[in-house]
Amino acid sequence: MRLTNEEQDILNGKHGEILQKTMETLVRYGDMYDAECLVSLDGPVHLVCSFGMPALKPLSRIMKEMIDAGIRTELPFTADPQPIDYENVPATKQEQEMYHLLYGTQKEYESMLAKLGMKNENAYTCACYFDEVGNTPKFGDNLAWAESSAVVYANSVLGARTNRTSGVMEFFSGIIGKTPKFGFLTDEGRKADWIIELRTSKLPRPQILGSAIGRKVVEKVPYVNGLEQFLGTELTPAVKDYLKDMGAATASNGAVGLYHVDNLTPESKKYGEELIRENASVYVIDDAELERVVNSYPILWEDLNAKPDRAFIGCPHASFNQLKEWTETFEQALEKSGQEKVTVNTIITSAPDVIAKFKETEYYTRLMKTGVKISHICPLMYMSNPLCAKKPIITNSNKLRTYSTARYVDDQELVNLVVKGAF
Amino acid sequence: MDKFQGRAVISGQVKGNAMVSKKGFNVLSSYMGALVSNGKQTLCTDQNNPDLFQRDLAGAILCIPQVIGSTTAGMLIQTVAAMGIHPKAMLFSATAESLAISGVLLADIWENTKIITVDGLGERFLESVQEGQIVEVTEDGTVTLFE
Repeated sequence: MRLTNEEQDILNGKHGEILQKTMETLVRYGDMYDAECLVSLDGPVHLVCSFGMPALKPLSRIMKEMIDAGIRTELPFTADPQPIDYENVPATKQEQEMYHLLYGTQKEYESMLAKLGMKNENAYTCACYFDEVGNTPKFGDNLAWAESSAVVYANSVLGARTNRTSGVMEFFSGIIGKTPKFGFLTDEGRKADWIIELRTSKLPRPQILGSAIGRKVVEKVPYVNGLEQFLGTELTPAVKDYLKDMGAATASNGAVGLYHVDNLTPESKKYGEELIRENASVYVIDDAELERVVNSYPILWEDLNAKPDRAFIGCPHASFNQLKEWTETFEQALEKSGQEKVTVNTIITSAPDVIAKFKETEYYTRLMKTGVKISHICPLMYMSNPLCAKKPIITNSNKLRTYSTARYVDDQELVNLVVKGAF
Repeated sequence: MDKFQGRAVISGQVKGNAMVSKKGFNVLSSYMGALVSNGKQTLCTDQNNPDLFQRDLAGAILCIPQVIGSTTAGMLIQTVAAMGIHPKAMLFSATAESLAISGVLLADIWENTKIITVDGLGERFLESVQEGQIVEVTEDGTVTLFE
């Protein structure tokens, strides 16, 4: 990789051993992909590791060394959600003891992030690109983000450029202020390897469509035809929410970091089918294919007919628009059933800054009346607790389903279940 | 005897029994048990991977198509390397995903632990290699399967 004199100095150790190893890691990483150079970041990094897990000693050790050396990121960064919120997601004493084992160094870790350049204590969310949070890249910006759902959103919906950067590597890029130029940072790397022909009778559930695409193309880039007939050609708040949830499913059920939707996502609008590689493979998705995908999900509950103990909505974090929509959905369902409150502990997770804005609206009071709670946590981290993993948890998130024992149900089924309380 | 040539990402020599997964290796799901137990438990916890679920990953020679799932993967590979419960080798039929590359580089540079890694071995490699089969990896990225 071609380095500037300044970059070479860092690599040669002129600025200390810790920066030398940091630069060496980025350079060897770039060399693996024949990156031509390092490019400056146009926006802050987003960190995937937001949890103080005692087992993660290597990361803590590196961060401590950097703090001792007075090193921090050039731009204030954001990070994934925090793991615990006992006020809105209560835990038994035993569960709390287990959380202490899992996330026992949370406070120390958050303190380190603050010293290393974290934006503020509200900047813990997987959806850092929400306007309310403010880490919102522009079209063409070069970035180094981790968090698979944020990466695929930034690349696809915003037209920014980031690879699926690993934990630690994104932090190193933030420290150096640069990242190797390869993959999704190049025009060639953003071309589609797959054409997805959507031939369904109605708009598919985003979680299932994303799952089908992710499983088929794995890490390749899909170009989706046929979705604009249902979604239109403008990125309205509702369309962005759809693409957010679809993208998270592509990234977790496979390893998709970028997709194009014909005549909708920004690069598709600009370049159209020029984005498709010659000899791209074709995957036709119809109603039967989506049904096949849904039926393939294993149900990992011990008792398949158990009463749900808890329901999680908002993985990735729900937007302001989605919080309002869910409020209306639960109100209508409860009115129809003649009940005042939901009968299953139901939690919608969202970004702290979005929750703060939502609390200023009448919708917040209305949602609280339904018995539904809002929390800033990551539901996946909740499910990482082996005691919680044994509980019958339902979710409308395909990402949460993929990484945990939570059972996937669609939006309407989830609403029915939490209102009436059982299958 | 069957030979395959790949790219040596982390070069080295090793010989032993193959542990094969036809599905992508989900690092977070696979090592969740190791993380929760702080390295005491090394069995694979990925319930979506019937090839590897509940098998001991410590010291394994993993033969896999690629790494899938959470972007915590690189950080976790570094962490299991620091715990000393890492695989001996990771042999990829496809080009290794950036998460896997990150992990083995972090292990090498920051933990002085070499996880021998060869990628780009081709689809035929994964079709050919059998569970438990003796495999040998050499410095130049050659992988030999013994009868």
